[in-house]
Amino acid sequence: MKRLSEWKFTSKEFAQIPEKFLSGHRACAGCGPAIALRLVMKATRGPIIATNATGCMEVVSTIYPYTAWSVPWIHTAFETAAANAAGIETALKILRKKGRIKDEHVDVVAFAGDGGTFDIGFQALSGAVERGHDFLYVLYDNEAYMNTGIQRSGGTPKGAWTTTSPAGKVIPGKTENKKPIADIMVAHEMPYVATASISHWKDLVTKARKGMEVNGPAFLHTFAPCPRGWRSETAKSVEIAGLAVQTCTFPLWEAEYGEYKLSAPSKAIARHPEKKMPVEEYLKTQRRFRHLFKPENKPVLDDIQSEVDRRWKKLLKACDTE
Amino acid sequence: MAKVEQKTVPLNGDEAVAFAVKQCDVDVVAAYPITPQTIIVEKFSEYVADGEVDTAFVCVESEHTAMACSITASATGARTFTATASAGLALMHEMLGVASGCRTPVVMSVVNRALSAPINIHCDHSDAMCERDMGWIQLYTENSQEAYDSIIQAFKIAEHLDVMLPTMVGLDGFVLSHTLENVSILPDEVVKKFVGIRQVPRVMNHEGELVPFKLDPANPLTIGPLDLHDYYFEHKRQQEESMRKALEVIKQVHDEYAEQSGRSYGNGLVEAYRLDDAEIAAVCIGSTAGTVKTVVDELRENGIKAGLLRIRAFRPLPVEDIVRNLAGKKAVAVMDRACSFGGDGGPLFHEIRHTVYDLPDRPKLVNRIYGLGGRDTPPYMIERIYRELQKIAKTGQTADTVQFIGVRE
Repeated sequence: MKRLSEWKFTSKEFAQIPEKFLSGHRACAGCGPAIALRLVMKATRGPIIATNATGCMEVVSTIYPYTAWSVPWIHTAFETAAANAAGIETALKILRKKGRIKDEHVDVVAFAGDGGTFDIGFQALSGAVERGHDFLYVLYDNEAYMNTGIQRSGGTPKGAWTTTSPAGKVIPGKTENKKPIADIMVAHEMPYVATASISHWKDLVTKARKGMEVNGPAFLHTFAPCPRGWRSETAKSVEIAGLAVQTCTFPLWEAEYGEYKLSAPSKAIARHPEKKMPVEEYLKTQRRFRHLFKPENKPVLDDIQSEVDRRWKKLLKACDTE
Repeated sequence: MAKVEQKTVPLNGDEAVAFAVKQCDVDVVAAYPITPQTIIVEKFSEYVADGEVDTAFVCVESEHTAMACSITASATGARTFTATASAGLALMHEMLGVASGCRTPVVMSVVNRALSAPINIHCDHSDAMCERDMGWIQLYTENSQEAYDSIIQAFKIAEHLDVMLPTMVGLDGFVLSHTLENVSILPDEVVKKFVGIRQVPRVMNHEGELVPFKLDPANPLTIGPLDLHDYYFEHKRQQEESMRKALEVIKQVHDEYAEQSGRSYGNGLVEAYRLDDAEIAAVCIGSTAGTVKTVVDELRENGIKAGLLRIRAFRPLPVEDIVRNLAGKKAVAVMDRACSFGGDGGPLFHEIRHTVYDLPDRPKLVNRIYGLGGRDTPPYMIERIYRELQKIAKTGQTADTVQFIGVRE
């Protein structure tokens, strides 16, 4: 199968690209999603229309009468990022055909958090992908409903404290594992699915560009720490995102037309398994997991490690690099 | 302008709607099938499959997405249509407020059907009445001909630069949607010219320049932002202002259409039937008006001064027209095909009672709730209402203000 082309650029060239997600927005210090959005918006190749699900990024970037967006942007509701993109893409296509707008390609990019993707917006996402709309869906995953004050989502990992999965006297945080959303999207047999982390920015922007270039729906799962919700240091968001990759908690890969392929940072670990760090190294950077380090919660820690290992092994098998 | 020559074709209400949409040069249709709206979606799919329309049809996975998709397509500058009923409209509820708040002039036909539970596929108005306050213009039609005519008018009303509000056109489930009727249709080019190409207003961008109000890479706008206590109220006030302006626009568009088609429905807002010298009157919405008119004719033959006021525009509510038409009547029965549980009367009753309250000679008002879940409302039942009104007019006494009719109690 013909592989999708890769965007080649130097760091200097990238730095010179004008920002489209502008400074002055009101995201918290150390906000991972804001970094993800800024990077994706720098990867755009031409005219673009963006849409956002309700969530932190919508709230911090568009407090009327201000906006952080230098491109056309629309927000309608929490569960509608993919439906919004479908409407925009359909309108652009027909208006262009009828000669009522400029005859040029316009990329459509939808942004949504884990709540808007794993949970409430999943039906609209699945439907839009099934219908084959040409758009890039960017999930900024900070692993809980952060906008409403840290409630668990389908993207929250096992053991994590949130305000609706508190670490209580008898229940040690969230009892369920994270939903493998990117794999579920691959199962849609869609043209392009990738995972990316703000710690590996070059990999992230290359994938974002690929997602825009591909003809049809593309899904980019970006890993984006939230210092407020993760109870982590604001200066360490990028470092923590890197540890998620290094521990294989969040491996980096892409799947073109269902064919899995490890991305360089995770491939390096696959080649040199000794580089795979214990998951505790990642967990201990965040106080949302601190209760797991009590002796009585050792079994939970073990469970988390074995689930990471199991999923990593499964991924290696899918990538045929075992 | 002279009346245009027209063809008469047998169409049911749903087909009449689909045919009107076909003629309106619609850019995007995003819809999800639900009884009794299904025929609209099916018929339109056929037009698309046969290349009879230049429209992108999105067969979405839910009504919620149908509305979200319609909003953003409309915000991109497309003329947009959708259709639904009952549970589908209820599922859209959240997005209806977004459509009006984002000022996207989506047109939607609502094939009025009862709400669950118990599940029931037949006609009443509880679905659309629930959406009264969502900022949509609401027109209700009496027959398939009017459904056809109103859809065409709806695009022109919704997209009018003084209005820019989404518009729903109600037609009674099964009674109209599935019943064959002779419908006069205008030639394609006449409709196309009547609705024209969609225009968008110009608004001020962040640089203080006037730019087209749409998602346009050449003129970036942020639409649907977070709007807090410092501006939200003003934006909602503007919405109300546009709703008020819509009263005039609905009449204008109706008159302009009447000139070409030769068909009019009162003044476009309300239709008064044998009401001028009437002493007693009914007020209703939708297809029941047809039955009521027959009863009024019979009563008139017997020398009873009966009349009917049919509300065509429920939102915006044509207060002045209602007041003018009901002033001086002795007794009025408001007929509701929906129930506001615990609300002491149906939604239409509340509205009508409110409008006539300040009249020095306000009529005695009663409310008759009828036809829920498609329960038949034959002429004798309506005649009985008028007989009661005669008594009330004579004695000045109303026994039960709110009554359910045609129900086993």
